[in-house]
Amino acid sequence: MAQLSDTDTDESAPVVDELRNEIVARLRADLGDAVVDVHQVPQVDLWVRVTPESWRSAGEALRAQGFDYFCFLSAMDWMPSPFGDGENDPTEEVEEDPAASEIRQGYTGGDTRFQMLARVTDTRRHVSVTLKADLPQHDDGTMSIESWIPVYAGANWHERETHEMFGISFDGHPDLRNMYLPGDFEGYPLRKDFPLLARLVKPWPGIVDVEPMPASDDDEGDDS
Amino acid sequence: MTMLSERQQMSYIASQAADARLNVELETEGMTLNIGPQHPATHGTLRIIARLDGEQVVWAEPSAGYMHRGYEKLTEVRTFPQVTALINRIDWLGSFANEVPFILAAEQLMDIEAPPRAQHIRTILFELSRIANVSLFLGDLGVQMGAVTPVFMAFRDREYVLNLIEGATGGRFHPNFDRIGGLKDDLPKGWLDETRQVMKKLRNFCDEIEDLLFGNEIFQSRTRGIGVIPADVARQYGLSGANLRASGVDWDLRRDQSLPLAYDKVDFRVWTHPDGDSWARCWIRLQEVREATKIVDQLIETLPPGPVMTKVPRIIKVPEGEAWVSTENPLGEMGYYVVSKGDLGPFRVKIRSASFNNISITPWVLKGVYVPDIITILASLYFILGDIDR
Repeated sequence: MAQLSDTDTDESAPVVDELRNEIVARLRADLGDAVVDVHQVPQVDLWVRVTPESWRSAGEALRAQGFDYFCFLSAMDWMPSPFGDGENDPTEEVEEDPAASEIRQGYTGGDTRFQMLARVTDTRRHVSVTLKADLPQHDDGTMSIESWIPVYAGANWHERETHEMFGISFDGHPDLRNMYLPGDFEGYPLRKDFPLLARLVKPWPGIVDVEPMPASDDDEGDDS
Repeated sequence: MTMLSERQQMSYIASQAADARLNVELETEGMTLNIGPQHPATHGTLRIIARLDGEQVVWAEPSAGYMHRGYEKLTEVRTFPQVTALINRIDWLGSFANEVPFILAAEQLMDIEAPPRAQHIRTILFELSRIANVSLFLGDLGVQMGAVTPVFMAFRDREYVLNLIEGATGGRFHPNFDRIGGLKDDLPKGWLDETRQVMKKLRNFCDEIEDLLFGNEIFQSRTRGIGVIPADVARQYGLSGANLRASGVDWDLRRDQSLPLAYDKVDFRVWTHPDGDSWARCWIRLQEVREATKIVDQLIETLPPGPVMTKVPRIIKVPEGEAWVSTENPLGEMGYYVVSKGDLGPFRVKIRSASFNNISITPWVLKGVYVPDIITILASLYFILGDIDR
C-alpha cells in the first residue's frame, strides 16, 4: 500500500512494486521450490502459496524477514456449498449445474479443497503478506499441518479455532480443545457441507433485498 | 520423659510451631479459582479459570465462547449489503467502525471508491465510534478498582456522542449506515455545529478523567508496572491498537496504510508509551480519545461538498476475487478477509477481530500476577465479548 509516512519508497513506480518483489525474492531464496505460486496486486497486497510441508518454515522465513506482527490464521473451504448461497428458495428444486459445484481456488490457485490461510505484517516496512498452503486429506479424511506456535505464539488460539471450525489438526499444538462449541459437538461448522439449519428450515424472506439509493433518485422515481 | 525447664519447653514449642509454619509454606496446595462467566468483575461473559498458589496465579486460561454467534458462517448466506447489519454487532460499542473495513473490502473488489464527502463523513463517524467506545472504557476503568464516579461521567458524556451518531444515522448503537459506494444519507442540518460543541465536552471529559483517575494514587499503584507486555511479545500475539502502542510499537493503521478514508487530510499524533504496563494502555486510550476529537474537529472544517454515494448497480454483485482490509478500530486492528465468487453474497468472510488476539495473550500475561491484578490487567487490555467470540 502507498505509504503516507515519509519512511518508504513507493511513489516512484506506480506499477512495479519493488518492496513486494523483494519480499518474494527473499522468500524464494529461503524456501526454494516450496514457494508454489505468488499473486500480487502492486501497492495493495501480496499472496504467497507454499507447499504444506514448508508451512512452518515459511512462517519462520517471513518472521526472519521482519514480519513480526501476527495478524490471523485460518482456513478456507473452497467447495461451493451444496445448500446454495442462501439466496435461493430452498423449497424449489435447483437444476444441476456442474460448473457450480466445481472447486475453484482463489488467488495463487491450489489443488485441494481446503487451504490454510494466514497473514503476517511487517510493522517497520508497513507491508503484509497473506500466506496460503494446500491441505491434502489423509486416507481417513483428516488433515493436519504443522503448528505455528513456535514461530508466532499468538497462533495458539487461531489454530484452536481453525481446528474447531474446519477439523484441521495442528501438529505440535498443546491444547486443541474447542473454544466456542461444546466439547462433544460433532461436525465442523465452517465447512461448506455443514448445513446452516436455521436457513434450511425457513426460507429467507428477502430473496433480493434492494433499498432505494440516494444517488439513483433522479433517474428512477419509485423504489418501493 | 526428661523434665524440661519451662523455658526449654517454651522454646521447643516455638520451634515446633515455626517448623509447622515452614511446612505449611512449602506444601501449599494450589486452588483453582473460577471467575465468571457471570461475575461482576468480568465484562460480559468471559470466564477465567486461574490456578492459584496462595495469592499468585500459576496459570490462567480465559474461556471464551459464551457469546459465539457464528458470524463467519452467517455471512455466507447473506448478500453484501445485508452483511453490514450483522457485523455491526461484533463490537457493539463502536458499531460503525465495524462496517467500514468490510465495505472498503467490497469496494476494493468492485474497484469503486466512495466520493470524497462520503469518505470524510465515514471518517468522522468512525472517530465518533471510537470516542463513544473508548470513553466508556475510561469510565469503566475506575469501576474495576472500586471508583464508581467516573463511570457515571462516562455514560453522561458518551450520551452526547451517541446522540450525534443517532442524529446522523438513525441508530444509537447499530447505525448500519455504510453502503457499498458511499453512505445511506448525508448529514442532517445543524449536525456539524452540534458536533463541535460535543467535541469540546468530550475534551473536558478527558481532562476530568485524567484528574480524577490517572492522577489518583490508588489507580497508579494498581496499574503501574502491572501486566507488562514487551514489544516483541505483543507483536507475536498480534496485539493491536492501544495495547500494541502501549508496548512502544509505533503502528497505527490510520496512518500507516492508505485507504479511501480521510486520515491523510488531518494532522494527528499517534501516541506510544514505552512501559507496556496496564497504566500505559489506559493512558494511550485517554490520549486517543483526545486525538479523535481533534480529528473530528479538523474533518468538520474541511468537509468537501458533493454527493455521498457513487453510482452502483441496484443489485450488487461483487466480482470474483479476494481482498483484505483492516482498519484501526477502537479496540485495535479489525479486518475482513473477503472472498467473492461473483455472487450476490460473499463466499467466505474471515473476521479478524481485535479482542480475539488481545485476549489470547492473557495466559502469558497473567502468569505470576496476584489475584486482584487479574481484573485490572483484563480491564486495561480492554475487550468486548462480541469481538472475541464473533
